[in-house]
Amino acid sequence: MIFNDFNPLEDKIFRVIDNDGKVINKEYMPDLDDETIIQAYKHMLFFRTADEMAVSFQRQGRMYTYPPCLGHEAIHAASGMNMRDQDWLVPAFREVGIMLLKGVSMKEIFLYYMGNEEGSNFKKANHVIPISISIGSQYLHATGIGYSVKYQKKDEIVFTSIGDGGTSEGDFSEALNFAGNWKVPVIYTIQNNQYAISVPVKNQTNAINLAVKSVGFGIPGVKVDGNDFFAMYATYKEAVEYAKAGKGAVLIEALTYRKGAHTTSDDPTKYRTKEEETEWHKTDPMHRLKKYMDHKGIWKENEEELIEKYKLEVDKQFEEAENMPPYKLDDVFQHMYVDMPDDLRKQKADYEQFLTWKESKK
Amino acid sequence: MEGEQKMSVMTIVQAINNALDIKLAEDKTVVMYGEDAGLEGGVFRVTEGLQKKHGVERVFDAPIAESAIVGTALGMAMSGLRPVVELQFDGFSYPAFNQIISNVSRMNNRSRGMYKAPMVIRFPYGGGINALEHHSESPEALYSHIPGLKVVVPSTPHDAKGLMIAAIESEDPVIFMEPKRIYRAIKQEVSDDKFSIPIGKAKVLTEGTDVTVVAFGAMIRECQKALVMAKEAGISVELIDLRTIYPLDKETIVNSIKKTGKIVIVAEAPTSFSVGGELMAIANEEAFLYLEAPPKRVMGFDTIVPLAKGEPLYMISPDRIFYEIERTVKF
Repeated sequence: MIFNDFNPLEDKIFRVIDNDGKVINKEYMPDLDDETIIQAYKHMLFFRTADEMAVSFQRQGRMYTYPPCLGHEAIHAASGMNMRDQDWLVPAFREVGIMLLKGVSMKEIFLYYMGNEEGSNFKKANHVIPISISIGSQYLHATGIGYSVKYQKKDEIVFTSIGDGGTSEGDFSEALNFAGNWKVPVIYTIQNNQYAISVPVKNQTNAINLAVKSVGFGIPGVKVDGNDFFAMYATYKEAVEYAKAGKGAVLIEALTYRKGAHTTSDDPTKYRTKEEETEWHKTDPMHRLKKYMDHKGIWKENEEELIEKYKLEVDKQFEEAENMPPYKLDDVFQHMYVDMPDDLRKQKADYEQFLTWKESKK
Repeated sequence: MEGEQKMSVMTIVQAINNALDIKLAEDKTVVMYGEDAGLEGGVFRVTEGLQKKHGVERVFDAPIAESAIVGTALGMAMSGLRPVVELQFDGFSYPAFNQIISNVSRMNNRSRGMYKAPMVIRFPYGGGINALEHHSESPEALYSHIPGLKVVVPSTPHDAKGLMIAAIESEDPVIFMEPKRIYRAIKQEVSDDKFSIPIGKAKVLTEGTDVTVVAFGAMIRECQKALVMAKEAGISVELIDLRTIYPLDKETIVNSIKKTGKIVIVAEAPTSFSVGGELMAIANEEAFLYLEAPPKRVMGFDTIVPLAKGEPLYMISPDRIFYEIERTVKF
């Protein structure tokens, strides 16, 4: 049992492959066929391609902002691949890869960051909650959904995610306290990418790691190498089994590095060094998985061709997002209430009168 | 001393930084913290350079926990310090709401004056910057509705500096809302010396006779554009900048209404139960017999501020202000 064998109180870290893709913890290697491993890498390649394109679209002024997921690919692939259609995803805002595997489209992601609320209306994704900008608040919703599916005796598991900075919010602790108390089928992930915008983890907490916080709430916790796809996969697999057995919630600290900026508005050179970035780049999740596949000789695809194919797909989705019909006045009002008050209707009518006047002045 | 003042051209960001710098330098009880507000100087760089100058013990980064930021500041304020805390955006002041409404605003009253709360909670507010959710809101009515707080909103670099110094020196807790949309849009000559502007005093920016327009913060600039249109239409507008939302400078407003007989209120927050509503109540209670037209609010819809694509429909534009000014004058 991973959750027993890697005690966060002793600051142990769970890892299966090293930076060269060599298996160092064979007994924990998840039982995956070659095809699944190749598929995992392809997912990660798609995430990274889409992510880099998103940053570039923003730089071209075609999107307002975007929080890059660069470096988080192993966490996203491993959790997404352990989720079923009926399982719930309660994201923060740096989970694009997981969202894609749950059926959210890049078009929707783009729409959101172009400033259109339609980007949170996931047409083909089952049980995905809109992203949470209000830091940490989503953890409580995940706990509530966990209670709900348990109460309704549904075979559904809830996955939620927070950043390292988010663990400082009261909502984080309150959600986990309830989770322990209620024994809800929720898998809580902390994507510890070392920085809350400019503030490093060591300035957020005096705890030896973040997984250790689980101890106080009476739920299992483990610190995992978040750039190790196999370690992340094995951890999620075990967490899913734990939840399915009705044992309750777990907390997973996935140790990674935010290779990009917090969002495209942020400049990391202000608060971190090139040396530190170089050190972390050695742990890159994609390079490690690729090296593993190379050792095994199972990767036979042409990566450049794949990237070109993915780029065409992402371009198409971006174009669709850009070609959405213009935002209408009705879009401001129509979803404010299920039962719209008359007063709102009047405000809209008054504004239309103003628009008529404005037209007449042209 | 007068006449020898050294002036510098400042933005609102620089003016607030300068005010904080002056108070940190002259008063060792002043401390300043918030998310990313230390080393990086805040996401808008309002506190840039202050940690380097005044030390990490006095200017520092806080963990992401708004309730803790405000709650600990109250602890400091009750025990001899004068904390100035930064909340990163308007929408992130809500996690601190419990501390603000349940403790910060009440401590003086609760302790019968034994424990005061001389602290400043500052955050950027308002829309028009194409931001994500929770980054575009104008919660002045929420905070003005809480007994025990003072709420300040500057509209110029000069006012931002003078009001910030007054806020830090205030014995009562002050909510200091900074118009992020014009953080760097306006440059103005501001005195390098220490000066303060009294909290609770509005300012008549333009004198006029046909209609009173009341606004504050980032809407002042939009009103000034509307005033150009009004002038072309032959309408004489008296423009008042509230500068402080609570306590409201009723005298200045009422005197103006007595002169013009008409009032138009401009703000970006939702219309219902707003500062606009309060101003209309004052117009009715204190200048009823002088009113020649119904008071008018030009304010946001009772909706969430839309994301960037829809935001232009929500934001109050100069032509919409002019449209309502003209309708009110022609009533």
